[in-house]
Amino acid sequence: MSALLEIEDLRTHFFTSSGVVKAVNGISYDVQEGETVAIVGESGCGKSVSALSILGLIPSPPGRIVGGSIRFQSEDLLGLDDLQIRDIRGRQIGMIFQEPMTSLNPVLTIGLQLTETMEHHLGMDRADAEKKAVEYLRLVGISEPERRMRQYPHHLSGGMRQRVMIAMALCCEPKLIIADEPTTALDVTIQAQILELMKNLTKRMGVALIIITHNLGVVARYADRVNVMYAGKIIERGLAADIYREPRHPYTLGLLSSVPRLDQPRQQRLDPIDGQPPDLTRLGEGCSFLPRCKFSVEKCVSETPPLETIGDGHLSACWEQENLATARG
Amino acid sequence: MTPDASALESGAGLTRNGEPGDVLVDVKGLKMYFPITEGIVFNKLVGLVKAVDGVDFRIRRGETLGLVGESGCGKTTTGRCILQLERPTEGEIFFEGVDLTKLDQVALREYRQKIQVIFQDPYSSLNPRMKIGEMIDEPMYVHGIEPDAQKRKQRVSELLSVCGLNPKMADRYPHEMSGGQRQRVGIARALSLEPEFIICDEPVSALDVSIQAQIINLLEDLREEYNLTYLFIAHDLSVVRHLCHRVAVMYLGRIVELADCDELYDNPMHPYTRALLSAVPVPDPEIEQNRDISFVAGEVPSPINPPPGCVFHPRCPIAVESCSQEVPALRELKPGHWVACTEV
Repeated sequence: MSALLEIEDLRTHFFTSSGVVKAVNGISYDVQEGETVAIVGESGCGKSVSALSILGLIPSPPGRIVGGSIRFQSEDLLGLDDLQIRDIRGRQIGMIFQEPMTSLNPVLTIGLQLTETMEHHLGMDRADAEKKAVEYLRLVGISEPERRMRQYPHHLSGGMRQRVMIAMALCCEPKLIIADEPTTALDVTIQAQILELMKNLTKRMGVALIIITHNLGVVARYADRVNVMYAGKIIERGLAADIYREPRHPYTLGLLSSVPRLDQPRQQRLDPIDGQPPDLTRLGEGCSFLPRCKFSVEKCVSETPPLETIGDGHLSACWEQENLATARG
Repeated sequence: MTPDASALESGAGLTRNGEPGDVLVDVKGLKMYFPITEGIVFNKLVGLVKAVDGVDFRIRRGETLGLVGESGCGKTTTGRCILQLERPTEGEIFFEGVDLTKLDQVALREYRQKIQVIFQDPYSSLNPRMKIGEMIDEPMYVHGIEPDAQKRKQRVSELLSVCGLNPKMADRYPHEMSGGQRQRVGIARALSLEPEFIICDEPVSALDVSIQAQIINLLEDLREEYNLTYLFIAHDLSVVRHLCHRVAVMYLGRIVELADCDELYDNPMHPYTRALLSAVPVPDPEIEQNRDISFVAGEVPSPINPPPGCVFHPRCPIAVESCSQEVPALRELKPGHWVACTEV
């Protein structure tokens, strides 16, 4: 069986006055049907750009996909024109953005924003679409859905708006939903509500989910597989359980040991990753994590380590990954 | 309703090395209501936002008190009241025994030097048109700490290196720096006046995980080196646990639980604290994928029209009838462990 989504050697660059920003610099990953895949990384590592590339939402200029392929259900998305990709966006692939405040149209009612997509993609008439919209609002846990249909986004709280976004993403019964930091703007108790809702609904409807986040706790709870990104590249991939139990890239290891944890005794000091993420316009030869790495060897300066299989479904892009395993004891 | 101040002290306020300091900050019955008005010419009062509604706590010298809660619970407003950036509606704020709410602007200047603040957003809290060096220099000039410009420059270099920045960065502008570096500038600026007490208002929540740890370590080092006292306002429970000696949990303008850090995390009593702790996923798939989150339903009500009685009762899993009528007092259920709930 071929994968639902296959990305190969994707390169998305931004051509700016201060140089070419290689936001996504050759990443490959796949998503199977019904699976939840996480993309983890810090701001500016290219995780959002990689998702926007799938949907053809890269602002151009300055951005451009300069190489690679994106195959969705064996169809090459990069070969499609604007009208063709529009039929996939929202219909086959749904999207949930970080900011529920800015991603809903403030001058249209909730009802109109929900029915519009269904009328366009599913060819439903207004009455049917409205009936279905109410159904979906109820499904995502919005009280009095009939009344909410006539309200505007500013009438709703942040958590409610994110529920509306989920209803919008689900209402055309897509195969895949891309959620870009879906709960970063929300409080913890609301975050828990929204994530549990997304998990239950996607599981029940058999929708695959790409969840983009920087929160390692969220990944641990919801993801089947994890891709860790750094400076425009995937540097480690594997089952969530493997990555957390046995990280095989110094960056993943650093991330995991730099967060204070509620499930472990209080540490005296945190163990941060020193330094800053690199400037994406000035990436040279060699491993881009090198200046911050505690395990670097000479080879790291001249040769960029490829993402290689090191175990069952576990890949790492590090020359020293074997020593890393022993160094951790 | 408000606990006796002397009782609030018992069992609390031990610094990490076990020595109790003297009380530095004492907040009593703090209330901050913001008016909601209508009309342009004739402002008519139509309501009140009860951002902080009766808060008491004490902070001892050398201690770090954590103030946690979700957005809109009044934690930042509490901090701003202590800084006297807001004049509270009611209540007293004693700093070294002096009630700040009774002082005028001139008398306050002395205390503004002793109480400093680090803001959440390192992008908006630095003046984009000033060089880093000027920004750290200015408070020293304004407060007349060091009249000699050359010596001030020397001091700026020192402060930058204390905060882990290259002294050469004094000539840069904020836009040339990353978020973590800017936050270091904000810390250097706060330190320039040699304060005794620093209010850290979400100092790491705008930063990336790997940078967060750097700043947390820096704050800890500075606390030890300069014997600082912190009020650490944050929503991230794991960061608060790492840094604080005692923690107060706020909900809709009130403190619902206050205890020593380890006690609060090991033995949370208030149903809201429990829900908060349960909602945080930990970075371990083996624990997470088998754990049931007992998350609270519903959302935080509006502070314009808070529910009667216990403000948490509409979302509370263990609420009884009396909860909607009576405001529960903060009771000391164990030495130093205060809970505002009648059902625990």
